[in-house]
Amino acid sequence: MSGPYFSRISRRRFLQSTGLGAVAVAGLVGAPVVSRAQAAAVKVGVLHPVSGALSYSGQQGRLGATMAIDDINAAGGIKSLGGAKIEAVLGDAQSTPEGGNAEVEKMNSAEVTAIVGGYASAICLAASQTAARYDLPYIVDVGVVDSIVTRGLKNTFRFGPGFGVIAKTALDSLVNINDQAGKVAKTVVIVHEDSAFGSGLAKLLNAQLPDRGFQVLETIPHPTPTRDFNNVVLQIKAQNPDLVIPANYYNEYVLLARTMQQQRVRPKGVYSVLGGAASSYKFVKEFPEAAQYIMDCNHWFDPKNPKALELKKQVEAKGGFYTYEVYMNYSCVLLLADALERAASADRAKVTAALENSTFAGHVMPYGPTKFVNGQNQGAAPVNTQVLDNDIQVILPAAFASAKAVFPMPPA
Amino acid sequence: MLSPAILVPAVLNGLMTGAVYALISLGLTLIYGVLHIINFAHGALLTAAMFTAFFAYKVLGLDPYLAAVPLTVLFFALGYALQRFVIGPAGHGDDRNILLVTLGLAIVIENALLVAFRGDTRTINLPYAFDVIAVGTAFLAVPRVIAFAVVILVALALWLFMRRTDTGKAIRAVAKEKLGAELSGIDVGHIYAVTFGLGTACVAVAACLLMPTYYVNPTTGNAFVLIAFTIVVLGGMGSVAGALVAGLFVGVVESLSGLYLGESLGQIGIFVMFILVLLFRPSGLFGERV
Repeated sequence: MSGPYFSRISRRRFLQSTGLGAVAVAGLVGAPVVSRAQAAAVKVGVLHPVSGALSYSGQQGRLGATMAIDDINAAGGIKSLGGAKIEAVLGDAQSTPEGGNAEVEKMNSAEVTAIVGGYASAICLAASQTAARYDLPYIVDVGVVDSIVTRGLKNTFRFGPGFGVIAKTALDSLVNINDQAGKVAKTVVIVHEDSAFGSGLAKLLNAQLPDRGFQVLETIPHPTPTRDFNNVVLQIKAQNPDLVIPANYYNEYVLLARTMQQQRVRPKGVYSVLGGAASSYKFVKEFPEAAQYIMDCNHWFDPKNPKALELKKQVEAKGGFYTYEVYMNYSCVLLLADALERAASADRAKVTAALENSTFAGHVMPYGPTKFVNGQNQGAAPVNTQVLDNDIQVILPAAFASAKAVFPMPPA
Repeated sequence: MLSPAILVPAVLNGLMTGAVYALISLGLTLIYGVLHIINFAHGALLTAAMFTAFFAYKVLGLDPYLAAVPLTVLFFALGYALQRFVIGPAGHGDDRNILLVTLGLAIVIENALLVAFRGDTRTINLPYAFDVIAVGTAFLAVPRVIAFAVVILVALALWLFMRRTDTGKAIRAVAKEKLGAELSGIDVGHIYAVTFGLGTACVAVAACLLMPTYYVNPTTGNAFVLIAFTIVVLGGMGSVAGALVAGLFVGVVESLSGLYLGESLGQIGIFVMFILVLLFRPSGLFGERV
């Protein structure tokens, strides 16, 4: 480190590098004095699309991750590393895979021990691949596309469930709910957004619903954003199906539900798979009538876990909504902290090994103890929820259920 | 699919969606017709107006339809100031510069909104938002019917203003022959700013009409602005009547092609029409022959 370089160093850079013996000069330049000797902080990359089209989800994800880091640090940091604090290196993927890649490069240069996040499948795919080049452990927070964990990347771990598991659970639960109601639903209209997520799901549903005794009357694709859903609702009205299955993002989901309410279209049930708004507290709060009785198969916290409920209170106290991005990222960071604790090292290879052998159970999801096989957490599964009286209840699986499904919907 | 039970509501829906498109395009076409610039900040200004309408409701409890009045004044002033103190001086009279300045403004406004309000989508739930008027087999949402009526009134008022008032005549004079207007003693800088203000005021009204049924986040405006550009060209650049008719037309085309080709392909209908008009009537439906 030459003289001129040192004089140009920014204040932030300087503060970040206090661990590198800067304590010695702290008194001279008036930086905050560190009162006691402390282990070097462990740097963790927190990567989310906090700007661009996915900014809301990205910001929610970042919130969950940073809340977990604050909790861990407040509880004394990583004990096996002498109470080392976790230091977040925040990154913005700008809602694109390239943006994600660029951030991984930066985080690698900043010498992070691991990265958590990604959110969208496309970003997770790209960012984890880039991280693999540096043997940098990468924990996928949401990204549901199954190829994320089938590429044989040793560094990539997905804590949550993938598409295949979600679709299977969704169909099993649908049959289960319908059977219990005396098989009232026979016909289905699918409304889906036309990118990889919605189209993939629609294809899967079209292939599997007939085998399970449902007739798909029509599959209606629409782009994101769609400004007006009146036409889609007219088509649903003309087909008069027993069930409507929407697969789209938040804004379109809300517009669709509002337009259905407006046009007096009321099927026997609305059942979504990874519905953009179907299990969102925001939607329920803002449009209680349009949301009532909507069912969803989606990521959800364990409603019987006190820590999950405590976290919910904290997020709501900040005026935020307790969305799945928050608790999934919160859990992923705890999972990483547990691995750091057991590895007793910030070395990337050791942390990867510790993640591989993880049996972490201190998270807030209904997954049970963690067990990774080829990077996929085996216990990860979605649950079924239903909007009932301005709240979201878990209706399946029975072990976590807080209410019984109301199906078919009572007439208005 | 051809049954009137679907066709009639689809056409009516198209007309009502088209009316809002028309209003947004009116602002754009006015600015183009007089200043001869494409205002890239139009979408961002729409988003800003929608946020203003949202907070007028949330903070002051002002119904969006009532908020339209102060918002029109506020955004007229904002547009006037933008042209007078930012776009005009920064453009140095060069169209390319002005283009880039408006593009820059769009980026600044959008990102300022993102920083201030985050990427969160916001909606307001009004008691009458779900009221409908039954017309035969069609259910027409009350807010959309109101929007349609207001757009027609605004377009009419704007047309009268341009025809009957001195300022309107001055605007038309500047649009036709800038140098001549200047020589006759018209303050061109002022007229430019007034026009930009009027265009921005149109966007403010559109925002208030959209809020009861639509949502706002920092990128909402972009969903409308591409279609508005199409309408402006289709109607004849700078033509008020053209923008209104083309807006309604595009609404119906979008609605019907969405119905028959699917929502994903619905946009094709608009752009096929657009290409056909450009081929056979390059100056647009109501444009003057070049």
